[in-house]
Amino acid sequence: MRSRRFQMFVSAIGLSIGLGLLAGAAADAVAQDKKTLRFIPHAGLRVTDPILTTAFMSRNHGYMIYDTLFSVDDKMQVKPQMVEKHEVSGDKLTYTFTLRDGLKFHDGAPVTSTDVIASLARWGKNDTMGQKLFTYTKEWKEVDAKTFQLVLKEPYGLVLDSLGKPSSNVPFIMPKRMADTPASQNVPEEIGSGPFRFVKAEFQPGVKVVYEKNPDYKPRSEPASYTAGGKVAKVDRVEWLTIADPQTAMNALLKGEVDIWEQPAFDLLPELKKNKDIDIRNLQPLGMNYMLRMNWLQPPLDNVKVRQAILHAIQQEDYLAAQVGDPEYYKVCGAIFGCASPLATDAGAVGTKKADVAKAKKMLAESGYKGEKIVIMAPTDLNSINQLPLVSAPLLRAIGMNIEVQSMDWQTLVGRRAKMDPIDQGGWHIFHTAWGTADMMNPIANAGTKGLGRQGGFFGWTEDPVIEKLRDDYAREPDAAKQKAIAEAVQKRVYEMVHYIPLGEYFQPSAIRKNVVGNLPSPAYVLWNIEKK
Amino acid sequence: MLRLILSRLLAAIPVMGVVAIFVFLLLRLSPGDPAAILAGDTATPEIIAAIRADLGLDRPIPEQFVTWIGQLAHGDLGKSVLSKQPVTMMIGQRVEPTMSLALTTLIFAILVAVPMGIVAAWKHGSWFDRGIMALSVAGFSIPVFVLGYIMVYVFSMKLDLFPAQGFASIREGLPAFLERIALPTVTLSFIYIALFARITRTAMLEVLNEDYIRTAHAKGLKEHVVLVRHALRNAAIPIVSVIGIGFALLIGGVVITETVFNIPGIGRLVVDAVLGRDYPIIQGVILVFSGVYVLINLAIDIAYVVLDPRIRY
Repeated sequence: MRSRRFQMFVSAIGLSIGLGLLAGAAADAVAQDKKTLRFIPHAGLRVTDPILTTAFMSRNHGYMIYDTLFSVDDKMQVKPQMVEKHEVSGDKLTYTFTLRDGLKFHDGAPVTSTDVIASLARWGKNDTMGQKLFTYTKEWKEVDAKTFQLVLKEPYGLVLDSLGKPSSNVPFIMPKRMADTPASQNVPEEIGSGPFRFVKAEFQPGVKVVYEKNPDYKPRSEPASYTAGGKVAKVDRVEWLTIADPQTAMNALLKGEVDIWEQPAFDLLPELKKNKDIDIRNLQPLGMNYMLRMNWLQPPLDNVKVRQAILHAIQQEDYLAAQVGDPEYYKVCGAIFGCASPLATDAGAVGTKKADVAKAKKMLAESGYKGEKIVIMAPTDLNSINQLPLVSAPLLRAIGMNIEVQSMDWQTLVGRRAKMDPIDQGGWHIFHTAWGTADMMNPIANAGTKGLGRQGGFFGWTEDPVIEKLRDDYAREPDAAKQKAIAEAVQKRVYEMVHYIPLGEYFQPSAIRKNVVGNLPSPAYVLWNIEKK
Repeated sequence: MLRLILSRLLAAIPVMGVVAIFVFLLLRLSPGDPAAILAGDTATPEIIAAIRADLGLDRPIPEQFVTWIGQLAHGDLGKSVLSKQPVTMMIGQRVEPTMSLALTTLIFAILVAVPMGIVAAWKHGSWFDRGIMALSVAGFSIPVFVLGYIMVYVFSMKLDLFPAQGFASIREGLPAFLERIALPTVTLSFIYIALFARITRTAMLEVLNEDYIRTAHAKGLKEHVVLVRHALRNAAIPIVSVIGIGFALLIGGVVITETVFNIPGIGRLVVDAVLGRDYPIIQGVILVFSGVYVLINLAIDIAYVVLDPRIRY
């Protein structure tokens, strides 16, 4: 009997210890889970070099591991980030920058002026604003390990705006050995000085990216705001998990297998909103902009009257309703620099309210258009813009144009839009795309306003010396009020010559589990400041 | 046998050579520009041209082909245009999920379908036989993505028995592996169960009418001995053929299941590479898998010899 009781006692002790261990393990797992943030990005990361490509995935990856000299806050004011202080000479030709103490790359090396100058030189080869800054640059001078100077040929009003630009290509700072890589090649490493470190061993291109907290990172003391302020990593590990199928992504979020879904499909938002554990948050207050771009090299679109007829045939509401659907997430906007931009204006805007079909028909008749075929390239696989060409086609047919919609996948379109060839050799007339407001907030950043034609314009090759002069005037002008007046003139010129047609603004919310707090609104998707409760 | 293996492997060399030329030309002649994709949406034509030159895509196609063949001769499949990762490594990362799914599907389908086919043939014309045939029709008719979503809805979202998506390597432990692979396996095996059950039933029906089966019964052998040792063994050739072909189809055709269950396998790798015009990955995967198909066919031929000693090559 005693033996039996003893056995029972021992069994009870054993069971208790077992359950205790299990409970302990479960508690550890929960604690561990709270330190790991799982995030579904809008696409898979393949290119890890944010200077080589303008892809937003690479930009967002850049913000994880790299840091910037300057950043912007929620008032779009440029604020120092890696820079401790900066001075501008009286003649506005010399800028002297001093780096913060204690900045270190992930390999342990200190961040020096040499690294900064090499990084900016590489960025200046690829980025629109960087290229412009470098045309005004006489030289970059290293004063000491922490101090460097920018010497200009003539005063330039956008020095800090360029160095603090929040979107592609962001002037991220990397070690000199990486920055010496030609700008047309991918950097061979992923070493930055940002708040997270890249875990190369776990990287699966297009599938999974893992970052871990950088224990050596010293955040600024100011509160985080947009891309500025203290970048405090509050989780130990961040996993980017690509889930290609929207339904599967939604299931994973609803089951708690992931914490954040960056860009849920608009048609799934009602279902997500019904779930008590999910929040729908707009973290991109600047929004995105749809646009219709024409090929100025291709007759009859080389004729401004034909382009103006097209401009008067469209109305933004049609596009926004077809592509986004829910008015909560879109906004009619005629401002070419974005309605959230300090340069926002309605000056010269057409198509924001109602199409003027009669006027468009009359203009088309006066243009000499003889029913030539107009080829619209329509990407069928890109859900974020695939409805836009299908709206354009009937609107343009309604004014008497001979429209041919050619369906293709987005990457075929990307390859084909670079062709300047005639239509019968693979050329094109019209494509649609979407840009982040952060990428087009002034005449220098907005590549759609370039007027260099074949010599360096965006696809469509708009050649317009008048707008080029306005862009130069804007770049030289140090006074903000005068800059705004010039930007307004640029916008009027864009509408007058029909450089491109803005099709409205939309806001892509994120779906986030409610136990995830601290997400920052920002022009780019940033994952510092976030914790799991 | 050794001569068979050697001759088949030698015969594979020209086959793979033709595949290499065909794939290379097909990709170069199809629309799309990896440099433009790499540069991003707002890149200028000058930057795209610089990247194109850097990738060697501005060189004549024969020159590009010779360079690629030269790399292949050294066992190098090249690097991804986009990620710059070695293609061999990328295929290596993706092989395990695809092979795991293909093998578990194959094993599950065989374990379920072959007994079903045997019993259906044995009980020919019964309600069970008709039921199996109805199930086969359903298996062929229901698209795999529909079945996948239904499985996830019922067993993951409603009953909370399995995760909704993802893959766990067997190195993370058998329970984790099985928990993740179970739903995709059952989903994908549905059509193969239908196929294998029908083939098994048909092959068994033919054999069960043979004289030697009647003799076996007359000898007083037990039913299961007659069915398995005498009938199934002689009906195995068409069944093995279909299973072999099924395996080859499985490896190349799991992309929808991989997408629905978010399994990072070869199928997704190829689809993403095609959409991104990542030529080295597409070329590498097709070349490797043409080799795998050659090996599968060889394995089927060897199985014929083992199952039927009368077969000679």
